[in-house]
Amino acid sequence: MPLKQRVSSEKTGAFALLDSIVRHGVKHIFGYPGGAILPIYDELYAWEEASLIKHILVRHEQGAAHAADSYSRSTGEVGVCFATSGPGATNLVSGIATAHIDSVPILAITGQVGRAFIGTDAFQEVDIFGITLPIVKHSYVVRDPRDMSRIVAEAFFICKHGRPGPVLIDVPKDVGLEKFNYFSVEPGKVNIPGCRPITSLKSRQILMAAKMIQQSSQPLLYIGGGAIISDSHQIIKELVDFYKIPVTTTLMGKGIFNEDSDYCLGMLGMHGTAYANFAVSECDLLIALGARFDDRVTGKLDEFACNAQVIHVDIDPAEVGKNRIPQVAIVGDVAEVVSEILNLLKTSFPPYPEQIISWQERINRWRQQYPLLVPRKSTSISPQVILVATNKLAQNAYFTTDVGQHQMWSAQFLKVKAKHWLSSAGLGTMGYGLPAAIGAQVAHPNDVVICISGDSSFQMNMQELGTIAQYQLPVKIIIINNRWQGMVRQWQQAFYGERYSHSRMTEGAPDFQKLAEAFGIKAFTINNRQNMQSALQVAIDYPGPVLLDCQVTENENCYPMVAPGKSNAQMIGIAKPQRGTASNYINNSV
Amino acid sequence: MKHTLSVLVQDEAGVLSRISGLFARRGFNIASLAVGPAEQIGVSRITMVVQGDNRTIEQLTKQLYKLVNILNVQDVTNIPSVERELMLIKIQINSQTRTEALEIVRIFRAKIVDIAEDLLIIEVTGDPGKIVAIEQLLTKFGIIEIARTGKILLVRTSKINTEYLKNRVVAYGT
Repeated sequence: MPLKQRVSSEKTGAFALLDSIVRHGVKHIFGYPGGAILPIYDELYAWEEASLIKHILVRHEQGAAHAADSYSRSTGEVGVCFATSGPGATNLVSGIATAHIDSVPILAITGQVGRAFIGTDAFQEVDIFGITLPIVKHSYVVRDPRDMSRIVAEAFFICKHGRPGPVLIDVPKDVGLEKFNYFSVEPGKVNIPGCRPITSLKSRQILMAAKMIQQSSQPLLYIGGGAIISDSHQIIKELVDFYKIPVTTTLMGKGIFNEDSDYCLGMLGMHGTAYANFAVSECDLLIALGARFDDRVTGKLDEFACNAQVIHVDIDPAEVGKNRIPQVAIVGDVAEVVSEILNLLKTSFPPYPEQIISWQERINRWRQQYPLLVPRKSTSISPQVILVATNKLAQNAYFTTDVGQHQMWSAQFLKVKAKHWLSSAGLGTMGYGLPAAIGAQVAHPNDVVICISGDSSFQMNMQELGTIAQYQLPVKIIIINNRWQGMVRQWQQAFYGERYSHSRMTEGAPDFQKLAEAFGIKAFTINNRQNMQSALQVAIDYPGPVLLDCQVTENENCYPMVAPGKSNAQMIGIAKPQRGTASNYINNSV
Repeated sequence: MKHTLSVLVQDEAGVLSRISGLFARRGFNIASLAVGPAEQIGVSRITMVVQGDNRTIEQLTKQLYKLVNILNVQDVTNIPSVERELMLIKIQINSQTRTEALEIVRIFRAKIVDIAEDLLIIEVTGDPGKIVAIEQLLTKFGIIEIARTGKILLVRTSKINTEYLKNRVVAYGT
């Protein structure tokens, strides 16, 4: 796909980079220019003129990394971001770490000072290769432009091979300028001895898993982000349809299974539903698919699913047996493994529906007795009410969130499809939501993208309103504004003797409506139920970007909650229907 | 328990940083580490001694395999192998103690590589047990400096464990 007007066979390193990226099918780049990456941006100019690629100019490099991350999460493709050397590169770090812990394939390309200046403490020189070593899947410094095309091909391969993750390529300024006789390396034509093929499935383990599933009378599927990455929603649906196994998902696995189904228990763990946590504590077989037994999921590890045998399916061998030793360990792609198990179940291990009826009845009883609660207040709006109302108006939307109470409420109350839930789970990066909405909207220009944020999280990357305004991305921003760092406040209230050290955000809080309007973005302030419904409707229908500053009940807390180090069955803040204290609440069917 | 791992890596910039970073971040303890070129061009062999139980070592091995530059990881703790380490040791001597020091050097088949009026540098090669033994015996002279390479090893193709055989012979003898 080289540009026609370029006849010389002598190409620059920057040309090799752009040519190789475009050959890998990249359509969008998120980034911010600067001194050391200018040769690449100069080359980019020509490629954009020829409409071969589009660059989105963010307002801060962290935004570029998050946008590339969410672009990737919502499409499954590699997201690409550019930053210059020094501070540009270090600004990517939070974004790369976010992608690393959530296994998101992004390619970060950073400028570097010229080769002769490396190691001399030159202007805007930083060892970004060294800084990012623990948070990348792999990284390169391009010391010779002749290696560029091979490195890009390897980087794309490594990004998506096995368990995905971020790759960084550091390009010294003069490598981008050097001319040489360019030959491109075709995508996928790589030889990386360290990237081992995923081992073929062992039929013995598949057989054992099938037997255990048939014998279990209280089975539970515990599904994480690995299942989303392997596109396994169809095969998981078939498994559940056939065997009637209830499903609980992690924050990363949200949306993998129809959340309106009777078999879906929602999220488990620290802020999971009571019925999911009870089901985990009581199940006799836990089938973990692409999940990693994270501490926010398990609570006290020794008491997590302590009555259960465990089947653990994961593509990363290092996750199997890391926190919990399973009875059956299967290393492989979730969709492939589940499909193998399902085939075997269908041919040789039919279900005994009567065997799990009492299990389903127990779960349904928990579901009725301990539903998620939506506080009913006459004077102010509860955050949960806004989320439920938003979800009703936009059932097929992409939802991005920031981190904190609003994120957990979103995980509890929003019902989303696979790859439509874009949230920083492992790292918990405040400031993820707004740039993530940019990435999702660029990837899906005709879909509704809604950013659920908190007043504190939003202020961490609010400069990206400029990006949204520049490209007129029709993102809907809903700020759950309780004038606190809500989750910090909740912990201080519960575990630190109500000493609210630096969690109050009232002083210095901006008027979010005016702030958005300063960027030319339509905005509303919502402070009562009456204008909530109409403003939400207007926002969803409006063809451009909209910001809603939702001023909610300040002291609302996120429940249920498992205190750190406690067992999942010991939740605080669950419904107590017998004593009638739930009268102040309505359940989530509002 | 101490485990010995023999690791083959691609000899690329940053590979040792990646490995040491992994050890630091995940809290694994390295007792010794020896790196050098292996038989193939562009490949290095790292011999490392690591403290940990079987589960720790299994997790460490899996984590090492996740590094793209790592080609092979083998736990050779219980595999018959030739183990060697080299030590240079500088000790104090005087005219009274010189003879005894030389006697120890002879018995351990070590070498004197530098000699001065009151100082001696001894080069000793052997399995880690021998290194410890000679070091203990030389302590009383006053050790000035020590440099050790760390253990290196190759698996015995003969699959014969000489240490094991020695113990058997002793057992039969009694």
